[in-house]
Amino acid sequence: MDDFVLGISAYYHDAAACLVGKGKIWAAAQEERFTRKKFDESFPEHAIRYCLSEAGITLSEVRAVVFYDKPLLKFERLLETYYHNAPAGFSSFQASMPIWLKDKLFLKTTLQKAFKILDPEAEPPLYFSEHHLSHAASTFYASAFEEAAVLTIDGVGEWATAGIYHGQGTQLKSLVEMKFPDSVGLLYTSFTYFLCFKVNSGEYKLMGLAPYGRPEQARQLRQKMEKELVTLHHDGSVTLHQPYFQYATGLRMIHEKKWEQLWGFPVRSSSEPLNQNHADLALAIQQFTEEAVIRMAKTAKELTGSKNLCLAGGVALNCVATGKLENCGIFENIYTQPASGDAGGALGAALAFSHLYLKTPRLQANGYDALQGSYLGPSFSEKEVENVLLKTGLPFQYFKNLEELVHFTASNLAEGKIIGWVQGRMEWGPRALGNRSILADPRNPKMQSILNLKTKHREDFRPFAPAVPLEYKTAFFESAAPSPYMTTTTLLKAEHRLPVGEQFSQADINTKLQTPKSNLPAITHSDFSARVQTVTPDTNERFWKLLHAFGSITGTPVLVNTSFNVNEEPIVATPADALRCFLSTEIDLLVLGNFVISKP
Amino acid sequence: MDSLKELWRYMLTRKKWWLTPILFLLLLLGLLVVAGGPAASFIYALF
Repeated sequence: MDDFVLGISAYYHDAAACLVGKGKIWAAAQEERFTRKKFDESFPEHAIRYCLSEAGITLSEVRAVVFYDKPLLKFERLLETYYHNAPAGFSSFQASMPIWLKDKLFLKTTLQKAFKILDPEAEPPLYFSEHHLSHAASTFYASAFEEAAVLTIDGVGEWATAGIYHGQGTQLKSLVEMKFPDSVGLLYTSFTYFLCFKVNSGEYKLMGLAPYGRPEQARQLRQKMEKELVTLHHDGSVTLHQPYFQYATGLRMIHEKKWEQLWGFPVRSSSEPLNQNHADLALAIQQFTEEAVIRMAKTAKELTGSKNLCLAGGVALNCVATGKLENCGIFENIYTQPASGDAGGALGAALAFSHLYLKTPRLQANGYDALQGSYLGPSFSEKEVENVLLKTGLPFQYFKNLEELVHFTASNLAEGKIIGWVQGRMEWGPRALGNRSILADPRNPKMQSILNLKTKHREDFRPFAPAVPLEYKTAFFESAAPSPYMTTTTLLKAEHRLPVGEQFSQADINTKLQTPKSNLPAITHSDFSARVQTVTPDTNERFWKLLHAFGSITGTPVLVNTSFNVNEEPIVATPADALRCFLSTEIDLLVLGNFVISKP
Repeated sequence: MDSLKELWRYMLTRKKWWLTPILFLLLLLGLLVVAGGPAASFIYALF
């Protein structure tokens, strides 16, 4: 891989850029981290500048710029959908056409102009990859597998809403696709909308709510769902019964009145607290999604005969579904690229072009994959931290010795302090993996509530994820498989659970929330699941040492690891962002590199 | 001009010729709307 290739995703949601070349991935980052606008979809100018600076090159040295999807095919889908549904859909047509005719249809020109502003001297050739090919390439080419089945599932790309590919060496062949308007992702998003979470970003809240549902009620709701709303076919594809939906032709996801009649309760309003009906419905759609994903994976196995599976697309971020898929044992090895949403399309577009068009050899996977622990974002210097600290005048300590730093931090965590931990290069993807994290003691029964309400300013039902050194994973959790990117859930081992009674799964949302469930309460969800991050010294030595130091003090080398941000804000990128967030929340200490900052 | 070439290439590849009149009409409307000025008055004459 001699030529530099720049991949970009933009203009829908979650713009990002990624630079590959000379046999490695140099950098990848989302635009939101620089502009501080959550899910910023604008041209990823800052992310591109950062990627180029990481490799020390200019735009003129880039062999190609590859956009992550094909706008003309998207436009074709829009026109055909409007045509087939006319006159229904006129309001949507009226709203979308000016945007397309003014900007999106002429995306190539728009991009060329944007790059001209970025660097007037450069004229990099511009290419367009297909949306699901970008997803598939982002996961297969980043994986350590020489051969694998690839499954991509999301809302919708151009036409495809899911795809099965077969990857062999540098080849990636599309085998079968599911097409719009039938989509597992759009179905999940429709329920997200009905329960008043934000479309295209609140899906993980729905997933977090599901374990508070009651299995018997969810089973009945699912029966109703499969009778009226959607047909799940043997191969995992779905047929959505369109009279219940409006996303194809309207300005909303669903036909609200029909859904209200079907479920017997109204669309949730933003001021309405979550109740048991909401949780039961969340469990029903979650279980349906898991079944669809498992059936699709079985189809991928039948079509490819592979023992390896690579996953990408927004639905691949449903870590509960991927956890269930792992448990099924359909595949021996499963890999999920951490930025599986549309931001990851930037990585996939660059890799697809490099391998399929330029025929460059595969990237060397060092250990788990070729993503270097996903630490592909910007770093910071000690000078930068000093400058920020001088401006604020906050008290701080500097630790020359790493062992002393981790011991000091671990001791404070063991005393119940909440600590912002900011180190090295920023993570690629939606999860903080120990470089832009808020850390806390998972044994503290009040920690989940403190973190949700006072630190992160978010809903109290939402669980937190644990980080554990890989070698200790099986001491606490049932699955032994590495999970460096928090892409799957597993169950807490029985010996760490507390007795909750046989009827606990049928208990209501408040009982489930209030009942002590384990000796690691802050990271145990109501169904005893946890979205574990396994940490190894080859990708993050500092974090691994910190976990060990905490383990030496407490006997439990497990920490709560949640992203360093508050609700509705992007994860912090720079020391200045971290300091701002630190001062506006109830985080007790901030560790920036080797600096430890406390509040006056 | 580049964009029109792109559209033509797209038509040749996808061969969805029935979309041609719709695309043509939409592009014409788009041009009138974007161009503004005296030409925009034709938009009313079309309907």
